[in-house]
Amino acid sequence: MALNTVSDVLDRVPHAKRDALIPLLQEIQERDGFLSQSAMKALAARLGLPAVKVYGVATFYNQFRFHSVGRNHIQVCRGTACHVKGSAAVLEALQFELGIEAGATTRDGLFSLEVVSCIGACGLAPVISINGEFHAALTPEKVRALLNDLRKAAKGAHDEQLA
Amino acid sequence: MISLEINGKAVSAQENETLLKVIRDQGIRIPTLCHMEELTPSGACRLCVVEVDGQRGLTPSCAYPVADGMKVRTHSPRVLRARRTIVELLLSNHPDDCLYCVRNNQCDLQNLASEFNVTDRRFTGKKKTGPMDVSSPSLIRDPAKCILCGRCVRVCEEIQQVSAIDFIGRGGSTTVGTLFDGGLNTSTCINCGQCVMVCPTAALSEQDSIKDVEAALDDPERIVIVQHAPSVSVTLGESLGLKTGADCDGIMTAALRRLGFDWVFDTGFTADLTIMEEASELAQRISDGGVLPMMTSCSPGWIKYVEQFYPDMLPNLSSCKSPQQMMGALIKGWFAGRESIDPARLYSVSIMPCTAKKFEAQRPEMAQSGSQADIDAVLTTRELARLLRRRGIEPRTLSPEAADSPFGERATAGKIFGASGGVMEAALRTAHYLLTGTDLEDPRFLALRGPQGLKEAAVNIGGLTVNVAVVSGLANAARLLTDVRAGKKSVHFIEVMTCPGGCVGGGGQPLDTDPARIKARMQALYAIDRNGPVRQSHANPSVQRLYREYLGAPLSERSHHQLHTKYQTRDVDG
Repeated sequence: MALNTVSDVLDRVPHAKRDALIPLLQEIQERDGFLSQSAMKALAARLGLPAVKVYGVATFYNQFRFHSVGRNHIQVCRGTACHVKGSAAVLEALQFELGIEAGATTRDGLFSLEVVSCIGACGLAPVISINGEFHAALTPEKVRALLNDLRKAAKGAHDEQLA
Repeated sequence: MISLEINGKAVSAQENETLLKVIRDQGIRIPTLCHMEELTPSGACRLCVVEVDGQRGLTPSCAYPVADGMKVRTHSPRVLRARRTIVELLLSNHPDDCLYCVRNNQCDLQNLASEFNVTDRRFTGKKKTGPMDVSSPSLIRDPAKCILCGRCVRVCEEIQQVSAIDFIGRGGSTTVGTLFDGGLNTSTCINCGQCVMVCPTAALSEQDSIKDVEAALDDPERIVIVQHAPSVSVTLGESLGLKTGADCDGIMTAALRRLGFDWVFDTGFTADLTIMEEASELAQRISDGGVLPMMTSCSPGWIKYVEQFYPDMLPNLSSCKSPQQMMGALIKGWFAGRESIDPARLYSVSIMPCTAKKFEAQRPEMAQSGSQADIDAVLTTRELARLLRRRGIEPRTLSPEAADSPFGERATAGKIFGASGGVMEAALRTAHYLLTGTDLEDPRFLALRGPQGLKEAAVNIGGLTVNVAVVSGLANAARLLTDVRAGKKSVHFIEVMTCPGGCVGGGGQPLDTDPARIKARMQALYAIDRNGPVRQSHANPSVQRLYREYLGAPLSERSHHQLHTKYQTRDVDG
């Protein structure tokens, strides 16, 4: 899957050099949802770069993920307005409840967590986005309720499938 | 020419020179932790900042070109305050374990802290907690002691063209790491240790084998044998307080006996043996239409480099083992048999200028004498110096002694192995004899001597022109191989040394990459050659005796079994 992505992406720009590294990483992530090790190695080989250089660049930017995203991809805004309104506590609650650090995906594949700088909804601070849908004025309590709802919904869908 | 003013004194400089160079040319000392003459300036550590009139902030002199009319102050109160603060900030997250640190008293950061009279901790930062990387057989990385100067990253990329490590992450969580944080042993690292040589702290060091060697020395059941590489006798002295390039061969042998080694052998002997086999192999390849150019195989970092990056050129590598491994195979094989010693009781140690030799000793190819490794432990020159100090031996008070028979005798050809170009020169001396039956009138090949990264010569041997090339530093090797592959260069024989300048600049040598020092070490080897009674490997009486009594002739079946090997493609992500 990932290797096909790299070939597909690079076949359209056969003369790509190292200066195209970041846009290519973005495109691979857009298609696969994350940057796999095999994709980074393949990209390095095609660009004639040491693989560790590609890994170094990718880890420099917050936007790149190294795990596949969960069914519920949660983006926590840590911009200035959200910070002032308590986003640190929101993030902490999410990490505690999900048992993962930002950048990771839960083992059941249900949730992934990502920190972003500002999602441009300062009026709703502190705000998170779940699969693109905004949830406003959060508190740790609201986070717990929200996660419970999502877990119930997932379980309901699962039971329905079995029935 | 450009005119500027440094500390009130008029100075002229070349255009494009860096401010740092011009200041240093004035005899003014400027501290740096990240700058290195031969590497791209990075401006990472900021210690070289100076005050330039008309500029609001302080200027990092290592990365700033001189300009006409500049007025510079190098040690103003503002500059000194900034430098001191920088040191204090670097120390803010540094472990306070100098007493237990391998680089205690040899640490650039510690020296600067002392220079700026930093006596207490003004800033307390969050300590780095990353685990140490002890996965490599040669090197240890301790990210907690890393100050992110990037010298290791640049040496690995620019001098060796390996890029096993790079900056990972960013900001406060930046580390120097390997691909996917997998550790050095699964990376493209070739174990050369040049990163250790340039590291200003103990973030990089060699795997220490002193404990293992001491355990063997203290075990009465063990018979412990040691060999020492050609370059070690001209570099160990620096750790003993002797002047650079002083040859301490005899007192080192005496000191090794005081440590308790039962036999002391000279790797120069198997260097001569390597020359016999390698020169014969070259003659055979030329006369039988074998694969050319032939490439030397005594530098273990280079071997791994070819296995990883140039697998199509593996047939070009000479099949000769390195002198260390030839000696290892002979000690546990023929020698153990002759002395009626069970090889399992033997403990074979080598003193090497090299961290990659630790890796080489563990290779599965290097256990010809049975299931156990031919070489049990490798100590670098630095480790030997530490061991001598720990055991209270003061070599300077000892009288010189000679190494033991049957592997203690060497021609000076085997000695110059320690300098880039030395293997080639030694091989040409013997190749001339093998092909013409006579010795060269002048055995010197001056074009192949010196610290340059690439040296070439066309040598006439009995009417046959042999094109030879000598490279050190693997980026130079990569450039040469690219030309050879493209057919731009026609070469018969290539000597490659992994480290710049050859083994005298090896990753296990006393910590110093000053080019003048490397040059002095080289000159010491050539001085030994100049005065040597026997200058050709084939004239070494002990080598002749070994062929008579055991091996038969170069490239014989016994030679092939004991002294030669074959390397394979190594699949490493890089």
